[in-house]
Amino acid sequence: MPTGALIEFTNISKRFGGVTAVNDLSFTVKPGRVTGFLGPNGAGKTTSLRILLGLVAASSGTATFGGVRYRDLPHPLQTVGAALEAATFHPGRSARDHLGVYAIAAGLPRTRVLEVLTQVGLAAHAAQRVGGYSLGMRQRLGLAYALLGDPGVLVLDEPINGLDPEGIRWIRGFLRDMAAEGRTVLVSSHLLSEVQQSVDDVVIIARGELIHLGPLSSLDTDAAAQTIVDSPNRDALAAALTTAGISFSIGRTGLLAATSDPALLGHLAFEAGVELSVLHRQKAGLEDSFLTLVGGGHSL
Amino acid sequence: MISFLRSIAAEFAKIFTTRLWWILALVLFGYIGLLAGGLAVLFSGLQTGVISPDTVNTGGGELSGFGSLPPIIYSFASSIGYVFPVLIGALATTGEFRHQTLTPTFLATPRRGVVLGAKTVTLLLVGAAFGLIALAASVGIGGGIMSAFGVDALLLDPETWLLVARSVLAMALWAAIGVGLGVLVPSQVASIVIVLAFTQFVEPLLRLAASFLEVTAKIGNFLPGAASDALVGASIFNLMTPAGAAPLDWWQGGLVLLGYAIVATVIGYAVSWRKDVT
Repeated sequence: MPTGALIEFTNISKRFGGVTAVNDLSFTVKPGRVTGFLGPNGAGKTTSLRILLGLVAASSGTATFGGVRYRDLPHPLQTVGAALEAATFHPGRSARDHLGVYAIAAGLPRTRVLEVLTQVGLAAHAAQRVGGYSLGMRQRLGLAYALLGDPGVLVLDEPINGLDPEGIRWIRGFLRDMAAEGRTVLVSSHLLSEVQQSVDDVVIIARGELIHLGPLSSLDTDAAAQTIVDSPNRDALAAALTTAGISFSIGRTGLLAATSDPALLGHLAFEAGVELSVLHRQKAGLEDSFLTLVGGGHSL
Repeated sequence: MISFLRSIAAEFAKIFTTRLWWILALVLFGYIGLLAGGLAVLFSGLQTGVISPDTVNTGGGELSGFGSLPPIIYSFASSIGYVFPVLIGALATTGEFRHQTLTPTFLATPRRGVVLGAKTVTLLLVGAAFGLIALAASVGIGGGIMSAFGVDALLLDPETWLLVARSVLAMALWAAIGVGLGVLVPSQVASIVIVLAFTQFVEPLLRLAASFLEVTAKIGNFLPGAASDALVGASIFNLMTPAGAAPLDWWQGGLVLLGYAIVATVIGYAVSWRKDVT
């Protein structure tokens, strides 16, 4: 069983001309866990991952796998499997030949090609030219490439894009399985909800800078709570809230009262003799915390 | 070293797992076969009197001025066919940029110099194979027709087979030049336009223009096509240009071609190959 290596970003910066794409980014990714690398589009996720894989040169800083830079790995495909964007194929080459080329380059047995195609559910299309593949099939082929060397580290850039619901469910289980086997799994996404059910840890960046780092549960904050309350006689309810000095706004499902205490509202209504039809606290979800962190989510 | 050999094997697999190589090889064989065959019919016919010189306007040129016919016919393989190895070399590199296959390639072999070196070695061999295909057409079809007319096809002359060997070498070097051009001009469309415009129009015109003065003719000898013809030792172009400066020796021509390949590849490595892959 391949063992995962620790991924370390140390003070990584990247400038393209005068634009700073990544600014002094440092974090580690542990083996045996699924780490979500999150941020809005344009936050610098893909650039960071390409620096990690030696495809883009950092302006400063280092990124390593167990202390070794990608280009110094003696057996790169057997150590790290990476799937970046979906369109890195010659359209006239079959999936089998596409993987075959890189199996040869990495010194892997040709039998791995059919094994990984089977693993991602493409065995039936192995001889088909990739030009005719759907987006979801291309994503799976990219994943098959990452798995070719049975690596201990997986680096996946937006692997869920373009997958159908069945594929999404499959990849969630797949990510969990990989981490359970002790591998290091780093998976990027611009939507927390896409990976929320799979990740243990989150690394959140925006505008090229680290915003938040920690276990998924660290996003579960309760700061901005409101309570939704409604009544068949909404005007009477509104009057009662105004009298009690509780500010509110009118929402789709009722009045959004600025308090985290439903019992207080229940008591007010009882006192005022107003019948209630809705009363529950609205908890800020993980996604809300995420959007707050990355700057209101206006770019989403 | 092992990673270099694996890289070469992978580059071969890349060439032979798409359809381009056999389409180009087929067109090369047909094109050279048609030209060598057609001109073999014309010249053999004229030489043996089957075709009356009066029916062809030779511009007053004497038939004896052609010198020995077979080397000229055989050299069509390289003097006309050299554009094919350049194309497959350029497409092998520009295709990596166009289809973004540099990403999986550099992930599998992070040492980029190793990949480019492997590609050059691979294309040298593919170019040599294209040379053999083109010579099969020029010697097979052209020589066959000359023999049929009773003209000595010089197939037992060792000089003919030295010409064949030098033609294979020239075609190999042309494919390496294609690789160099491909890294120098990574845009596939631009690369193809440059190959076609340069080989089909610019260089023939430059060679012709250069040949009128002795000093420019010496410079003209260093044009890649002229160097290639010098390496091979015979070319239809030598007939079509006025007698200028003596061409380079065959080995000098070979070194000039090799120089073009190395310079283009080294500069291309710096300007595109080692840059960020985004």
